[in-house]
Amino acid sequence: MTRRYIHRYFDMIIKNKTITDDDWIVFRLGENDTPEGVVVPLGKVIVPLKVWQAQRDVLQVRTELGVWLASDERAEDLTGDLARFSVVAVDFPKFADGRGYSIAHHLRARLGYTGELRAIGDVLRDQMFYMQRVGFDAFATRADKDIHVALNGLSDFSFTYQASSDEKLPMFRRIQRGGGL
Amino acid sequence: MYRYDQFDHQITAQRVAQFRDQVRRRLSGELTEDEFRILRLQNGLYMQIHAYMLRVAVPYGLLSAAQMRMLASIARKHDRGYGHFSTRQNTQFNWIKLQDVPDILTDLASVEMHANQTSGNCIRNITSDEFAGVARDEIVDPRPYAEILRQWSTFHPEFAYLPRKFKIAITGATEDRAAIAVHDVGLAAVKNAQGEIGFRVLVGGGLGRTPIIGTEICDFVPWQHVITYLESIVRVYNEYGRRDNIYKARIKILVKAIGIEEFKRRVEADWQFTKDGPCTITVEELNRVAAFFTAPDYEQLPENDAAVAAQLRENKAFSNWMQRNVKPHKVPGYAAVVLSLKKTGIAPGDATAEQMDAAAELAERFSFGELRVTHMQNLVLADVRQSDLIALWQAARELGMATPNIGLLTDIICCPGGDFCSLANARSIPLAKAIAERFDNLDFQHDIGEIELNMSGCMNACGHHHVGNIGILGVEKDGEEWYQVSIGGAQGNTSSLGKVIGRSFTFAQTPEVIARLLQVYVRERFDDERFIETVRRIGHSPFKEYVYAAPLNDDEALSGAEYALLAAGTPYDTPLYSPVL
Repeated sequence: MTRRYIHRYFDMIIKNKTITDDDWIVFRLGENDTPEGVVVPLGKVIVPLKVWQAQRDVLQVRTELGVWLASDERAEDLTGDLARFSVVAVDFPKFADGRGYSIAHHLRARLGYTGELRAIGDVLRDQMFYMQRVGFDAFATRADKDIHVALNGLSDFSFTYQASSDEKLPMFRRIQRGGGL
Repeated sequence: MYRYDQFDHQITAQRVAQFRDQVRRRLSGELTEDEFRILRLQNGLYMQIHAYMLRVAVPYGLLSAAQMRMLASIARKHDRGYGHFSTRQNTQFNWIKLQDVPDILTDLASVEMHANQTSGNCIRNITSDEFAGVARDEIVDPRPYAEILRQWSTFHPEFAYLPRKFKIAITGATEDRAAIAVHDVGLAAVKNAQGEIGFRVLVGGGLGRTPIIGTEICDFVPWQHVITYLESIVRVYNEYGRRDNIYKARIKILVKAIGIEEFKRRVEADWQFTKDGPCTITVEELNRVAAFFTAPDYEQLPENDAAVAAQLRENKAFSNWMQRNVKPHKVPGYAAVVLSLKKTGIAPGDATAEQMDAAAELAERFSFGELRVTHMQNLVLADVRQSDLIALWQAARELGMATPNIGLLTDIICCPGGDFCSLANARSIPLAKAIAERFDNLDFQHDIGEIELNMSGCMNACGHHHVGNIGILGVEKDGEEWYQVSIGGAQGNTSSLGKVIGRSFTFAQTPEVIARLLQVYVRERFDDERFIETVRRIGHSPFKEYVYAAPLNDDEALSGAEYALLAAGTPYDTPLYSPVL
């Protein structure tokens, strides 16, 4: 069991509510890289949106490819392309940056994306319940935290008021509520 | 009032369990303070100068007697025997220990209360008109909608990490008593020509560093669509609001930057995908919630009570109270009564545990067991028989809650300021006390008439100084506290932002500044003209010139210990946080 603490970020994620091995690599641009010029490694790689946009001619022939959106990028930029990806990821630069929740909303509700939607970056247990609700089904939790503990974050609540990606109806259309006095 | 069903109970209980575990992980060091801070804020827990402050939500200002007693009990058990009612109709406890909070939240949950989302960058407690359901000028009772929106906003998964806090106020009367123009979103329930109910929606209002009066984004959103419309507003804000600068992160800055037309275009473009979708409110849901807000069993009573009329003629103290603290009611023979929390010498909005218990008892005796908290930091008994007014007045007098000053000079809105708040630049409670003492004379106050004096200890403007007829803002210069005075602000239907009269004043000069402003008003006023009307008619100059004309001396009486800052290091036997030392 020591393995989970070592380089876990690269090889274990939470997916569909279970801890599972993962062999995807999240590819991030280095300081001197440009989206056009950077060489994307072979294998199962999740590339930045900008790299996908700049190198789509080369990348689209790959059989397994993922793409990730930064929190200031827009889901709509993947319109028409979503079927090409085995995984779409959204980066949380800081857990308090909540733009990723609306990006997930757009991917699921607006663009109809049904494949793996993975939260990457500053992904912590205490935000995962909300992330799951808006449509994330995979979580690359932060490497310094125990992923087994993080898993508990998905079951904090048994009932929810709003409609979201997990519940298509708000509570008032889903459940018979208690009446007035 | 609304009562929890099993689902509300379970969600609340699971939230307490979640936070209990988060506190445990903080105490064990598993969570860093950076990770914990945002979690505790979303559970209403601030760190102040002396201790933690817990802000308990009072949804749209409505409290049952049992809930008020629970607040009293928390004040006794976990605080120093008092609590504070805030401008957002909430209750704050100033001397809280972190390890007590899960148990406090459990106690609150037992009376269907919580501290959810009373802080943090999320949708805050929704505020409303304290006379909802009883006001004569009411078009639509806003409470069912406020409750529906409370549930919608509670743990909304998409909007828990917004760029900044998000405040919604809702009203349903012709007179705006909820200050909707200075909220991120203001909702005014209205009826259209066909008699259908909808909301006029204002967006981008707010105080703080950049005070802005909200702009109308839509003149009529049918009630069925208010959730989806709000969702689109908050979504556009979440996506495009600035996150690089905390002072430019509120929705008002976004609306200003891109313009209301472009903002509206984005909102309505988003709304097209959700309008008429599953989040459209159903008639069944509205009826279910509205059934909690039906009228109590009013008796058939004469329009006016003879004994009250006699007392009015004979008893000046009673007639002062009737004039200021008793408000008209839509049902003949009833009245709404404001219990003043603005007695001179007491921090505005503070109540002791004994007063809370007593107010709960008054509510049971005289007002169907319900109370309201006003954004002016007073309490209201909304359904009092006129024939009970004399008895209520006598009881409230004994409790120190019958000061006949509602809407007058000493009905000061005041933030906790430098005595408690780590953001403050200056004290506000001691200055409110000094001003109240200087103008304590009731005849003088009644002569001055309606005026709003609002005070904030820093530019975050919790004391709404921008919309005070007289606004006082604590500022820091070279490590010292100074006070900037503005006039001409107003809230409600004719909201306006005050203008600073000139260079700032010391603590001990400020009461004299207020006196001079009032002297100009008394000299210049026509007939029944209120202070704000005189300011609007004659402009700032006469006030400004008179205030600065003669030298201002520090009032030496104000240098005593009585007015001093609450000493830091006041015995508090627990480290503020952290736990593992």
